[in-house]
Amino acid sequence: MASLWEYANPKKFIDTTDKVLPWVSVLAVLCLATGLIWGFFFTPDDFRQGSTVKIIYLHVPSALMAINAWIMMLVASLIWVVRRHHVSALAARAAAPVGVVMTVIALATGAIWGQPMWGTWWAWDPRLTSFLILFLFYLGYIALWEAIENDDTAADLTSILCIVGSVFALLSRYAVLFWNQGLHQGASLSLDKEENVADVFYFPLLVCIAGFVFLFIALVFLRTQTEIRARRMRALLARDRMEA
Amino acid sequence: MPELGKYAEAVLSSYAVSLVLLIALVVFSWRRSVRVKNALKDVERKRKSDA
Repeated sequence: MASLWEYANPKKFIDTTDKVLPWVSVLAVLCLATGLIWGFFFTPDDFRQGSTVKIIYLHVPSALMAINAWIMMLVASLIWVVRRHHVSALAARAAAPVGVVMTVIALATGAIWGQPMWGTWWAWDPRLTSFLILFLFYLGYIALWEAIENDDTAADLTSILCIVGSVFALLSRYAVLFWNQGLHQGASLSLDKEENVADVFYFPLLVCIAGFVFLFIALVFLRTQTEIRARRMRALLARDRMEA
Repeated sequence: MPELGKYAEAVLSSYAVSLVLLIALVVFSWRRSVRVKNALKDVERKRKSDA
């Protein structure tokens, strides 16, 4: 059986992801189209939230992916720190813009939902605040990669930033449980049947979550390939300059 | 179109914002991928012809 570390070879990574990428992309489009059409057109209004319950199909998956993207970046950064595989550092770099877009969607849809339901666009609630800080960490992470010319130094420093920021990724997930206060309700998805959303909303929500996960994987594969090629190009141009 | 009632603006703007952001992310990622792939090919071709 092939070792996971074989994929740390840039060529092997590109060859493998080239084969997988079309399938993951098709799955992403199918799941997103099915889940969003099902949720938007074929689910009833909630007895308390009215039609704003339809925002759940965008808000919950994007918030989940915003947190999980950072966790993925944390794992990739730790692999870079321990084993110095360039592909892992570049995968973390590739995931950051995807994560930041997911965070913006979660914050925007949350604010749009909050205005009619809570009577305010924003509250300094533990979950909302930790999510905003996570968004700022994303921006800082991307800016740090862009600011440092040497790829290895950038990977080292961004890995440290990612480890620090993971505190806020976890806080934004568990803030409701830690503080048990604020406007934000508990998790929409739970193993406890009492806390979980009703089945009529639950199944289209699961399909939307699957769509967001596949979209994230497809984008990270595509963007990591791009980062690998960009890094090779920088290395070749630098070698040419030295030889000239 | 489902009946969205008084919350139509909130629901539709949520979908509009999210879909625009997701499509922009996909298009930007795809275009950059094509651009970098072609640029790398050019650099490699040039190096091969120089060698």
